[in-house]
Order: sequence, then C-alpha cells, then structure tokens
Amino acid sequence: MHLKNGVIMSFGAATIMLASGAFLAFFAAALASEPLFSAHMGILCLVLLTGTILTIRYTDYGDKRHAGLHKALFKDTKDGYMDDVVRFGTIATLFWGIVGFLVGVIIAAQLAWPFFNIEPYLNFGRLRPVHTSAVIFAFGGNALLCTSFYVVQRTCRTRLWGGNLAWFVFWGYQLFIVMAATGYLLGVTQSKEYAEPEWYVDLWLTIVWVAYLAVFMGTLMKRKEPHIYVANWFYLAFIVTVALLHVVNNLSVPVSLLGTKSYSLFAGVQDALTQWWYGHNAVGFFLTAGFLGMMYYFVPKQANRPVFSYRLSIIHFWALIFLYIWAGPHHLHYTALPDWAQNLGMVFSIILWMPSWGGMINGLMTLSGAWDKLRTDPIIRMFVLALAFYGMSTFEGPMMSIKSVNSLSHYTDWTIGHVHSGALGWVGMITFGAIYYMVPKLWNRERLYSIRLINWHVWLATLGIVIYAAVLWVAGITQGLMWREYDDQGFLVNSFIDSVSAIHPEYVMRTFGGLLYLLGSFVMAYNIIQTIRGKLRKEDPIGGTAPSMVPAE
Amino acid sequence: MSEKEIDEVTGVATTGHEWDGIKELDNPMPRWWLYTFYATIIFGIGYLIYYPAVPLTENATPGLSGQTNRGDLKIELAKVKEGKAAIEEKIATLDFFDIRKDENLMRYSVAGGQSLYKVFCTQCHGTGAQGAPGFPNLNDDDWIWGGDIESIYTTIKHGVRNDEDDETRFSEMPNFGSGILGNADIEAVTHYVASLSNSDHEVKLAQNGQEIFIENCAACHGDDGLGGRDLGAPNLADSLWLYGGSLPEISSQIAQPKHGVMPAWGERLGEAKIKQLSLYIHGLGGGERDLED
Repeated sequence: MHLKNGVIMSFGAATIMLASGAFLAFFAAALASEPLFSAHMGILCLVLLTGTILTIRYTDYGDKRHAGLHKALFKDTKDGYMDDVVRFGTIATLFWGIVGFLVGVIIAAQLAWPFFNIEPYLNFGRLRPVHTSAVIFAFGGNALLCTSFYVVQRTCRTRLWGGNLAWFVFWGYQLFIVMAATGYLLGVTQSKEYAEPEWYVDLWLTIVWVAYLAVFMGTLMKRKEPHIYVANWFYLAFIVTVALLHVVNNLSVPVSLLGTKSYSLFAGVQDALTQWWYGHNAVGFFLTAGFLGMMYYFVPKQANRPVFSYRLSIIHFWALIFLYIWAGPHHLHYTALPDWAQNLGMVFSIILWMPSWGGMINGLMTLSGAWDKLRTDPIIRMFVLALAFYGMSTFEGPMMSIKSVNSLSHYTDWTIGHVHSGALGWVGMITFGAIYYMVPKLWNRERLYSIRLINWHVWLATLGIVIYAAVLWVAGITQGLMWREYDDQGFLVNSFIDSVSAIHPEYVMRTFGGLLYLLGSFVMAYNIIQTIRGKLRKEDPIGGTAPSMVPAE
Repeated sequence: MSEKEIDEVTGVATTGHEWDGIKELDNPMPRWWLYTFYATIIFGIGYLIYYPAVPLTENATPGLSGQTNRGDLKIELAKVKEGKAAIEEKIATLDFFDIRKDENLMRYSVAGGQSLYKVFCTQCHGTGAQGAPGFPNLNDDDWIWGGDIESIYTTIKHGVRNDEDDETRFSEMPNFGSGILGNADIEAVTHYVASLSNSDHEVKLAQNGQEIFIENCAACHGDDGLGGRDLGAPNLADSLWLYGGSLPEISSQIAQPKHGVMPAWGERLGEAKIKQLSLYIHGLGGGERDLED
C-alpha cells in the first residue's frame, strides 16, 4: 500500500497477488485429481476473488470516496508505529474468538444431545477441529500476532520491519484459517490433533510463518533500545519453536500434487510421539510462551508498576523453553511408547511446574503496590484471574502427567476440563485484558465505552470457566473410576456406554458454562464496537474513583 | 535506558532498564520457588535412576526397579488368570447340566457372562439386551436360531453369516424384488404377512397374497408363517420385528432383504467364556427349556 498524506491510495500489489492466486486456484480446481481438492480449491478461488474485488472496490482513486474508512483503519499512531495491522488483528481476534466459542457451545450441545449432529458437514467429528483451531489458531493466533506487533514496536521504539510484509502475514494467516476450517467441514484432514490441515494448507502456513519471523526479527534488530524486553523473548521463542514444530510434525508426502491426501513421513509410535511432541509444545509455546509475552507487557502497563523480578524472568524463561520441549510423551502414557520415553516425559513435566509458575509469580507480584486497583479496575481483575487460572492449570498439568494419576485421568473429560481452564482462563482472559488495554489507544479514544461492562464480562467468563472446569472434573473422575471398576469376583462392572450415560448431566452443565463464556464475549464485542465508534457510556465509576483506567503514559 | 533507582512502593532497586515506561525490579527469585524447583529436579533425577529412562543403542537403562508397563501387566494378568484358572477350567469342561447343578459355578458364570456382555455385546444388542432395529432383543422368547441353551451357545460361538467360521449360522432370503415377484405381488404378500400378526392391512390384498406366500415363502417361514429355526427363518406371526413391522418396512424386507451379521466369538473368547455368556443370555428371561430338562 502506498501512503500519501497518511491516506492509502491503492492496493496495487495486493490486488495483483490476489488475482493471480485466484487464477491459479481456478486451474487447480479444474485439474484436481479428486472432487474434494476441486471443492477446496474452488473455495480458495472464491475467497481470493472476493479479496481482489474488495481491494479494487476500496481503493481510493484520489476522490476521497473511502477516506473515512481508510482513516479509521489505515493510520499510524502518532509515534509512527505501524498500528493499522494491529487494529485489523484486534478485530480479527474478536471475530474469531466469537466464532470459536460459538462452535464450542454447539459441539458441547452435540455431546449432550446427539440430535444436534447434522450429517455430514456439521457433525461433531468435523466441527470439533473447527472449534479447536478457531480458538487456538484463529483467536489465539490473531491475539498473538496483533499484540506481538503492538508490543515489539513499543518496546523497541521502532516501526515494524518489512513494510507491507506485516500485511502479508496478517492476511496470509486469515487465509490459512479459512482454508483450514473449510477443509475440516469438507472432510479434508490428516487426522493429527491440532495439526489437521493437509499438506498444501501446511505449506502456505509455513510461508506465512517465515514472513512473521522475518518481520519480528527485523524489528528486533533495528530496535532503538539497548536491551530486548522479556516480552519479546517469549514472543520470539513462540514464533521460532512453532515454526520448528509445524514443519517437523507435518512432514508428509502428498499422493498427488492436485489432491488433498498425504501420508506422514513417520509411522506407528514414532508418528504418535512426533504428533505429541508437536501437540504438547503447541500448548507450551503457542498458548503459554506467546501469552506470557503478552502478560509481560500488558500487566505492568495496566498496573503501572515495574516487573517484580528481572532475575526470575530470565531463569523461568530459559527453564520453561528448555523443559517444555521434552514433556510431550506424557500424552502417551501406557501406550506402545517405550517406558523410558514415558518416564522422561513425566519427569520433565514435573520439573516444569516451577518454571511455569515463575510467570505467574512475576505477573502477580508485579501488582504489589497496586493491589488496590483490583477494586476499581476490572482489567486488572481480568489479568489477575488469567494468572490465577494459569497457575491452576500449570499445577494440574504436571500432576496429571504423573503416571498413576494419568492412569485415572487419561482419555477422560478431566483432560478436556484441564485444557479449558488453561484456554478459557489463561489464554482467553489475558487476551481480553490486552484488547481492553489496546483498543482506546489504537483508536485514539479517551477510554473504553464502558468500564462496567468489562466487569460483566469478567464475571460471566469466570463463572463460565468455573462451571466448565468443575463439572468436567466430576465427569472425568466418574469416567475414570467407572472404567476401572471390578466386582468382587474380578469382573468389569460397567460397559463403556454406562459411563457415557452417567455423565450426561455434566455434559449439559458444561454446555451452560460455555454459553456463559460466549455471552461474556458478546458483551466485550459490544463494548469494543462502541469504543471504536467513539461512544462513551455515562456511568458511575467502579469503587467511587475516577472512571479513567488508562495509566499515565 | 534509565538510571538505577529505588522503587518507592517496595523500596527495591530497579535494574536500570526501561522499555515504553516498563521498569524491572531487582528482586531475587523467591526462595520457596527456587527450592521447590530444586526439589523437583532432585526428584526427577531419583526417578530416572529408579525407573527405565535413558535410551541406549539397543535398549534403555532398566533403572534400579526394572519396572515396565508390559511387565506389570503380565504379572497382573497372570495373577488374575491363576486365581480364575480352576473355576474357568471346570466351566470349560462340564456341560451346562452340571454347571447349573453347582451353585458357585452358576453364580460365577452369570456374573462373568454379564461382564462379558457389557464389553462385547452392548454395542449392538444394547445395555439392557433390548436390541435395536436390525439387532435382536435377547429378553423375549422370539428366537431366530433357537432359545435353548445349546442353540444360544452355538450362535454365540459361531456367529451369524460370518465369513470366517465354517459352522456359522447361515440363512439368506432371496431378493424377491429383483425379478422373482412383481410389484403388485410384493404388495399383496406384504399385506398377507401383516395380516398374520393382525397388524394394519387390507383384507382384499392379503387374500391375494396368501397364495403367493404359500408358493414363495412357506418353504422357510412355514404355511402359517411361524418360521423355522432350523433354517433361521423368523416367525412372522408375532408382533416382534427385526427390521420393523410397518407395511413399507415389510415390503422392503421382501423386495431387498437385509441380512444382519454377528461375529463368531468362539476363538476370541474361548470355551469357558462362551458358556458364561450363554448362561447369562439364557437367563435374561427368554431362555427356553433344554431338551434334557
């Protein structure tokens, strides 16, 4: 995009790239060796054509037709930071978050009432990866993209490196999400959990990710600060490791270059171990390290307090990234995986406990001297709850990796509950807090539309998570106990289906918990949209102090 | 970069770094945190010495304990097997008549049969053995292949229409819709079949259907439609239906019959367990008297 007097004039390069992409996708659809690939390429062609039309439609040909829109979206902040891409990322985070939570509520309802399964495109099997990918990669990924761009510019005191490359990263990543999700619905999957997209979508993500790494590294290298801030260590660790994980776990040979199917380079237990080395570190580096980066910037900013301990941040950073990478085998306890690998996985998971908690301590202790803000600032409440859930799930994780605990918890809904206290509690809450912090600054507003609505969001989300996690503890332990129950003559007492009907009430309640969380995200969306529109709600401040929650810059 | 300074609130010095207004305190790592971290490392080292942990070229270090999952399982299974060996051996060798006479054997068999049923049979026949469309109810007295204990035993052991078992139960109703009977004849015989159990039907059509039934169906199902267990031909004169008793369902089963299959469990479960299952199923309520009773 060419900047002229601060207003975008044209999207020339983007239009050409999108149009040629659409052209290629059209040919791929026509020449496809199987109908699925043809359908998927057809979708790609339509998406790229839409992009082409939009870029042409909204180009400002000098007559200022779309000046208002351009001004709202494509404008740097006063410090010269490239913040338009961050604004788009913030909106994308909100949008995908709501999609992901909504699909989550739908599949929870499908488990409770199988009636809601609509064959074949909208059954549980196909919607479940849509939910997980939408929440982890679309919501979480966009949150990491936009906050990392926001944070790295400010803590390096420099504009993003690479010019429009950041735009390529943003839109390329959205294309990856759309291709992944539509593929799942069509039935295109390589059936690796959290790595379901097939080879061609994986290749695209690799290109986008390398561009992301380049933008981030480039910005770090031209920084105007002598040191690299701890948030950026975590962001960088996340970007580098995810690149490695993604490439290795998706090594596969396509059956045809014009077909969807591919075969993994690994087989049997090696494939399983590679998958869970990937899967666990997707949790470790995507959902933990990346979001710790977020925490290290937004918590001290919102609390307006120094980070508690520099030394702790160094030690827990290196300990975390060294240890996490070994912990994957705990997903394969009591399987064909050799004993030594299971034992190593368990031991590293337990040693990981304190390094994980280092982040929580540094976050919570940063609030010392600012605890009174809990009364008046719901964003601080959001952050504190995020850190509390982070601490809870990073204790629960090592505990569940202990083999004897795992023999009860494995394959049960306890695992699902554990993941959700991490995802809803930690990832979700820290992201919400960051967005609430960023939006007034990004759109140059005095404050958010409503501080009281944040409080509603905090409590709806918290109640939702607590219900969700608690009922799945009950459900999981019920399942685990029922599966291993023997009578006094040594015979199994329950059939599998007995354990399914036993937890029906919990399945209903977890749907309700998810629904509360979804409602919270609607409240947030409303608040953010009103803020962007420049509205201010007339309301009494919380706790009787001044309504401004924006810390002094 | 700012100068090192003392934070007013905590009285701790900062590190002198500053990014976008964020400073860092020079606090030491909390001691409890550090010592717990050390403790987990020491535990980890101990664990790795005691259990298999370090991969070598051929094998891994066995650890002081030499414990393995497979080893544990082997020991546990051997223990269970040993405890049950005598009673299972008895069940395998005795005939049903003698098993029933022994109260202990009988109690054990029914409990074992129930447990086996939950693992292997619920998927098709349901948790309460109530069946499902295409899968017979095992509680009633409507048996396709016979409801005395020996017949149930044979069905479980060899399965139904099982490709891999030479002695499997086998019957196959012809596709009357592919050239044997015309549509009108099929409709007529459908109404006749419905009339046998007094279901809704048109009397006129049923009368026309009777002759067609005698010519085409009676060979297996009998003139009165009561079926024949030797041939695996279901009773059509009762109101229990495997594939549904509505007119369209009956018609479809005549025109293009479905043929359910059942695994042959004999080789997989072994003699003693097949007998336990048979006794359990027989005792559900629909079991019929044995010849020797």
